[in-house]
Amino acid sequence: MIYHFLIEPFIDYGFMRRALVACLALSISTAPLGFFLLLRRISLVGDALSHAILPGVAVGYLLAGMSLVAMGIGGFVAGVLVALISGLVSSRTNLKEDASFAGFYLGSLALGVTLISLRGSSVDLLHLLFGSILAVDSQATLFVGVIASVTLLILAALYRGLVMETFDRSFLQVNNRFAPHLIHGVFLALLVLNLVAGFQILGTLMSVGLMMLPAVSARCWAKTLPGSMLLAVVFGLLSAWLGLAWSFAAALPAGPAIVLTASVGFFISILFGSRSGLVRSLFKGWITTSKEIK
Amino acid sequence: MIELQQVVLGYQGRAVTSPLSGKFCAGSMTAVIGANGTGKSTLLKTLLRLHAPVSGRVEYTHGAAPRTAWLPQLADMDRQFPATVYDVVSMGSWPASGLFSSLTRRHRELVAQAIDRVGLSEMYKQPIETLSGGQFQRMLFARLLIQDAPLVLLDEPFTGVDAQTTHFLMALIRQMHEAGQTVITVLHDNELVERFFPEVLLLGPDACHWGATQQVLPRYNPLGLNLVLSA
Repeated sequence: MIYHFLIEPFIDYGFMRRALVACLALSISTAPLGFFLLLRRISLVGDALSHAILPGVAVGYLLAGMSLVAMGIGGFVAGVLVALISGLVSSRTNLKEDASFAGFYLGSLALGVTLISLRGSSVDLLHLLFGSILAVDSQATLFVGVIASVTLLILAALYRGLVMETFDRSFLQVNNRFAPHLIHGVFLALLVLNLVAGFQILGTLMSVGLMMLPAVSARCWAKTLPGSMLLAVVFGLLSAWLGLAWSFAAALPAGPAIVLTASVGFFISILFGSRSGLVRSLFKGWITTSKEIK
Repeated sequence: MIELQQVVLGYQGRAVTSPLSGKFCAGSMTAVIGANGTGKSTLLKTLLRLHAPVSGRVEYTHGAAPRTAWLPQLADMDRQFPATVYDVVSMGSWPASGLFSSLTRRHRELVAQAIDRVGLSEMYKQPIETLSGGQFQRMLFARLLIQDAPLVLLDEPFTGVDAQTTHFLMALIRQMHEAGQTVITVLHDNELVERFFPEVLLLGPDACHWGATQQVLPRYNPLGLNLVLSA
C-alpha cells in the first residue's frame, strides 16, 4: 500500500520522476530563503514577489508561447523591477516596504492575468497560475537544478553577511553604508530567481508555499539557525514527495497538493512544536487550573 | 573628533531640536540626556550617518567618519533570533575579518576573551533567546569590546538591565574611556551621569546645553517634567 502510493508512481512514470527531482531541488534552495524571509519579518514579501513575476511571464508567453526560457526571463525581469521600484518608493516616501509591495503586486497580478487572457486559453492561464507537472520536461528539470545550485552557492558565500544584516542591520550599516543594501538586493534577486524556477511546477500563486510553509514549520521546532534551515529543507522535501504522490493518486493539480501537504505540516508544528507547543501550553494551563480548583 | 555646526536634528525633514553646535573631542566621554522625544536617539543615528540632519553640518576630524562601535536600544533587537552567544559576539570581528573569509585563530581568541570579560563564558553556546535582559546586554558589550573602535555610541545601555549588571557595564564603559576611546551615551539615570560622565549634552525642544556636567546637569529637572506628565 505504502509502496503503491509513495514509490510506484515515480518508478512507472517519467514525468512524475522529473517532477519529483525538480521539486526536491527546489525545496533545497527555497526553504533556506524562506527561513531568512521569516527572520527578516518580511514573510509576505515572498508572496508579493510571486505575484509580481506574472506580467513578465505573460509577456514571455505572448511573445514565444509556452517557452520556458522566454517566460523565465520575463518573470525574472518583472520580479526584479517590482522589487526595485517598491524599495525605491518606500525609501522616498512614508510608505513602509510591505505597503508599497502590496500596492505593486496586486496590479501585477491583474496585469498578468489580463495579458494572458488576451491570447491564451483558460487552460494555459490555469497552468501558469497553479502549475502543471506535465509541463516539466528534462529541460525544465535542468533549469530548476541550475537555479537551485546557484542559489545555494551564493547563499553559502553570503551567509555571514546575511545573518548579520538580518540580526542587526544598523550594525552593518554603521561601518559600511552600502553593504546592507547590496546584501538585501542580492537576497531579493535570489528570491525572484527561485520563484521563477518554481512557477512551472507549482504555478506563480503556489510556488511561494514551498518557500514559506516549511520555514515557518521549522521555526516551531529548531533552536539554532543551521538546524532550522536543515529542518526546513527536510519539511520541504517531505511535502514535495507526499504532495506529488497525493496529486497523482487523487488526480489533483500538483501545486495545491504540495502546498496543502506543507500546510498540514505547518498545523502539526504549531500544535506540537517544541518552541511553539500550543497543545503543550494549553495542557499545562489545564493542569494548573485543575490543581487550583482542588 | 566630531564637530557639529548649527545642526538641526530631525526625521524626514521634521526638526526636533534647536540648532546645535559644539565638539565631541577625541577621548571624551559624554552623556546625552533629555526628555523623551527630544532627539537623543536621532542624534546618535545622525552621528552614525543613518539619518541626515535637517540642516547644518557634521564634520569629522580626519574627513571620513572613524570606525564606530554601536549599541542599539535593547528594544530594537530581535531577542528570539536563532543565534548563539558566540555567533553574536563574533559579529564584532567585522569589518576587520571581511564578509567572506573565515575567522582567523586570532579573531576566535578575541571573541573568547571578550565573552570571558563580560562574564558569559559558561553560556557561550546558548541560544540568545534564553538570555535575560542583563545577559543580552553583556553579550552586546562583548561585541563592542572586540570592535575596539575609536568611537563608541551607546543608546540607553542600561534600560531593562538589573542593577548589578548596570554597575558592571558602567565599569566597562569607564575602561573604554580610559583606553582612549571616545564614548557618547544616551542615558536616563542622572545619578550615573553625575558620578561618571565628565560632559553632558542636554537636548530640549527650545534650547540645548552642552558642557561640563556640574554646569549642565542642574538645568535638567526630570522631576518637574514627570509632574507635568502625571497632571
